[in-house]
Amino acid sequence: MKEITVLSGKGGTGKTSITAALASVAGKAVFCDNDVDAADLHLIFQPDIQEVFPFSSGTKASINSMECTNCGICMDHCRFDAIDYNNEGTLVIDPYQCEGCRLCERVCPEQAISALENTNNQWFVSTSRFGDFVHAEMGPGEENSGKLVSQIRKKAMEIAKSTQSEYIINDGPPGIGCATISSISGSNAVLVIIEPTISGFNDAQRLVALIRLFNIPTYAVINKYDINLTMTKNIEEYLILENIDLLAKIPFDVEMVKSMTLGKTIIEYNPASIISGQIQEIWNKVKVSQEVVPQ
Amino acid sequence: MSYKIAIASGKGGTGKTTVSVNLFKGFNELRGKKVQLVDCDVEEPNDAIFFCDAEVVDVQEVSQMVPVIDSEKCTFCRKCVEYCEFNAIVVLPPVPFAEINPSLCHSCGACSVACEDGAITEHPKPIGTLNFYKTDENNGLVEGRLEIGSTMQTMLIRELKKAIPGINDIIIYDAPPGTSCPVVETIHDVNYLILVAEPTLFGLHDLKLMVALVRELGLEFGVVINKVGLGDNAIYDYLDKECIEVLGEIPFDKAYASLYAVGEITGVIPDAIHQSYTEILDVLNQKITHHEGNNRIKW
Repeated sequence: MKEITVLSGKGGTGKTSITAALASVAGKAVFCDNDVDAADLHLIFQPDIQEVFPFSSGTKASINSMECTNCGICMDHCRFDAIDYNNEGTLVIDPYQCEGCRLCERVCPEQAISALENTNNQWFVSTSRFGDFVHAEMGPGEENSGKLVSQIRKKAMEIAKSTQSEYIINDGPPGIGCATISSISGSNAVLVIIEPTISGFNDAQRLVALIRLFNIPTYAVINKYDINLTMTKNIEEYLILENIDLLAKIPFDVEMVKSMTLGKTIIEYNPASIISGQIQEIWNKVKVSQEVVPQ
Repeated sequence: MSYKIAIASGKGGTGKTTVSVNLFKGFNELRGKKVQLVDCDVEEPNDAIFFCDAEVVDVQEVSQMVPVIDSEKCTFCRKCVEYCEFNAIVVLPPVPFAEINPSLCHSCGACSVACEDGAITEHPKPIGTLNFYKTDENNGLVEGRLEIGSTMQTMLIRELKKAIPGINDIIIYDAPPGTSCPVVETIHDVNYLILVAEPTLFGLHDLKLMVALVRELGLEFGVVINKVGLGDNAIYDYLDKECIEVLGEIPFDKAYASLYAVGEITGVIPDAIHQSYTEILDVLNQKITHHEGNNRIKW
């Protein structure tokens, strides 16, 4: 079984549109939305949720003002600037700054601080017209998205094993931080979607530098390549230097936007379009490359 | 007190950076205002691309303190393991073995407090840099740039916001995408938040996530609709139903997208787009004047 992760560095380059399109041609596969912060793949998949699981992203401290003497020991120990006096001179915790390390709870001489579990996150195992689908919904402002990504990938792996699926396809998050690192680690291949803009190119280079730390085979697609042909050429030269296979150059096409608006993949919306042909080609190349790479 | 504005979106690629840079340049044209642009998208900072004259004047390294256990002094009591909420410490008394995994460590200091044997010391590990740019005489740009492989983006944003130089009239924070902790760190203390949204299925869905977050934080906010003409009208129905202030609409223009591609977003700006920014700046200026007025009364 092979796990393929779609990433980009920059947001909005077309990860989800392309992942959804690949779902139309991937055959027997399990799908997983690793962009738990702002998940969108379910809008196309229209999943039937089979199981719901809570996810605890840790704890937040809470001060019991009846017990608290406002001594300030907790504030001195907190390294996240999460504890301060309010206008009335009472110590309060800013739940959005609190990292849940519980040090304040341990140093409080009055035992006035307790930890409240954050259970404002859920993840789901679903079925869909493309196959089994694991996805998540984070509560607003929650932490630990990297841990949630690891959790749902583990479940996708279990499902793929029990259903003898050949592939797992992960729709990744933007950026290069904790959620991206959790998405890359253990994948068999990464597909980088690059937009031909300076920011798209810069972000892709930072992403490739990160993927190199994991030594994972990397492939590229330039999306909306005709937005700027000079930039596309620069990216092509870079990919050659980095020894990264460019699998396709997809044009900017309002049909892609229209298909998403209708909740369909480009293949479902217009199987005869140029982009549909390119998606099939990308998938064939990824498949072949995964066959030759020893497990 | 500075008037702080953050530009955020939930979904990536909706135009946060374009809007941030254009507003910064728009405010710059108001004489006598000191404006600072702060690129808080530390994983992928890109604001500097759009300033051909930007010159780095200072670079500061930011480190997290990562603890190390001296196994000579360690009595393998495992108290540090109990204190660590992030499962970053392994202590095996029979071996004996004691080690901290720096990639799981949040640098909270709990293990240092736990250790009664003086076996834990903390050492700096770089998580990124703060880069200070000069863009013209008065106004500047500062960005955080996360070290590749580091997971400490929220900490870097916190340090970036503490390091903003000088006394400013207006501070603009360009936020990272998403809705989780790095975004909250960027936006939680602003006077006004601008959400840049796209009139597409994904754009609307992620806008709703952001609105839920912003309402929970209790921030005053408004929406700029970007790439108008792509997608559909569902976003208008939503904004209308929720009574959300629309600051402006920026039309989609493929030629402008092509200029953006090479870092040209403020020089040759199409009339319709220029008009949109003028309107957005007007609304913001009213808010700032109102804010300054309130402050003066309090004085």
